Amino acid sequence: MERVSGLLSWTLSRFLWLSGLSEPGAARQPRIMEEKALEVYDLIRTIRDPEKPNTLEELEVVTESCVEVQEINEDDYLVIIRFTPTVPHCSLATLIGLCLRVKLQRCLPFKHKLEIYISEGTHSTEEDINKQINDKERVAAAMENPNLREIVEQCVLEPD
Amino acid sequence: MKDSLVLLSRILAHPDSRCWFLAWNPAGTLLASCGGDRSVRIWGREGDSWICKSVLCEGHQRTVRKVAWSPCGNYLASASFDATTCIWKKNEDDFECVTTLEGHENEVKSVAWAPSGNLLATCSRDKSVWVWEVDEEDEYECVSVLNSHTQDVKHVVWHPSQELLASASYDDTVKLYREEEDDWVCCATLEGHESTVWSLAFDPSGQRLASCSDDRTVRIWRQYLPGNEQGVACSGSEASWKCVCTLSGFHSRTIYDVAWCQLTGTLATACGDDAIRVFEEDPGSDPQQPTFSLTAHVPQAHSQDVNCSWPSGSISRLKASEPLWLWIESCFPRKCPRTSPVPKRTRRSILDLPLFGPPAFRLGERLRATGPLTLPPLTRSPW
Repeated sequence: MERVSGLLSWTLSRFLWLSGLSEPGAARQPRIMEEKALEVYDLIRTIRDPEKPNTLEELEVVTESCVEVQEINEDDYLVIIRFTPTVPHCSLATLIGLCLRVKLQRCLPFKHKLEIYISEGTHSTEEDINKQINDKERVAAAMENPNLREIVEQCVLEPD
Repeated sequence: MKDSLVLLSRILAHPDSRCWFLAWNPAGTLLASCGGDRSVRIWGREGDSWICKSVLCEGHQRTVRKVAWSPCGNYLASASFDATTCIWKKNEDDFECVTTLEGHENEVKSVAWAPSGNLLATCSRDKSVWVWEVDEEDEYECVSVLNSHTQDVKHVVWHPSQELLASASYDDTVKLYREEEDDWVCCATLEGHESTVWSLAFDPSGQRLASCSDDRTVRIWRQYLPGNEQGVACSGSEASWKCVCTLSGFHSRTIYDVAWCQLTGTLATACGDDAIRVFEEDPGSDPQQPTFSLTAHVPQAHSQDVNCSWPSGSISRLKASEPLWLWIESCFPRKCPRTSPVPKRTRRSILDLPLFGPPAFRLGERLRATGPLTLPPLTRSPW
């Protein structure tokens, strides 16, 4: 009897799966990750470049595909951003990293851990920059520097 | 796992900001915490709860990163991102700032008192480690500026019995210093970590040093004196330090702090994956190649990164053999509350200080953009 009902429920779930009405758990994940990634992108695309009067999206410093979201556990996500700085100037690259971090810290509604990297091959000292923008103590201290803070605040300001 | 951790209490230590560090006083009766709100808070136990006895908020203009009690328990040093270190003197329940140590070029990351109580060490993002001497009249004098590191120095700690200083740095190394003919010199460099070394802890005997890093490992280093039985090479009369154990695969993110309990010899770590872990040395393991096992793991112990772990030896109402561990977490403005409750277990206890609170930053006033921003001359990174 049990075997029959087991077989029945298996057949039913396969039928539902094949008809697209229900999906195995694994297939649901990428969609959630995509939604989260879009949420992240929506926040970072409006950040202004520190040097030019354009947003990071306009300058293609960030693109939709540069945001990756992975699930750490229920309700906690790892957000990885790989951005492409417009010029190889170190200080501007680190400043962009700072802006990305601050914006997401303040505005991203779900619990997350954030990693920001320069996309590979776009900068000569990318390892140094990556290390600096992912060091939370350096970031916290930088945000207490009034000059840097003002620049970052202007960059992350929401457009009117 | 044979022992587990029990949550004793939660304290909102630094509302509106991050709690970066905490320290028990030598007697184990007071707890000092410091944070992004630029203040130091002193906590004491009253019955079953912890109350704030003092708030020291006039000392610093920026985040207070670390605090350290003097061995006698009468003084507290606080290291801040405003490039100064304040020395506070305890007067019953009050604290008075008696001196401000200046000299570092930028953020002071750590401060530590030597066991003798006459020496103090500070370190900074300016890549230097300063050694200060204090006399009976509370006069502080800088006796040495050590520029051995090539990057930001994150932490300094003194050996429990010798005048040996250890520093951990963003340059991925640990350096040891001692006094030689009236001047301080770097006597050893410990290489092996693949990223920033965040913190250090000597074991109760002082023969071993634990270091934790952004590379997600904890390394145990052992001191070998010249003429040692194991045949470890030493240069001249200088002791050498060798890495005898690496704990890898346990932590999924940066390890911000490691602490070695003086009473029990257990090792605790504070990790960026919000978890607390306790390790114990396997009984009978070879001292030259010790092995450690994870004996307690509390995932999601905090809702944010755990910044500091600290064992206390003697807390009233607890048996001497039961150290009280303390963890603090860092917090950023959180929009979503904690959803999972901390699991309740048995035996060994912890006291943790999480933070929940309104956003730490306030958005600046609306600024009119008038064109490209004027950036300060940037020859090298200002931060």
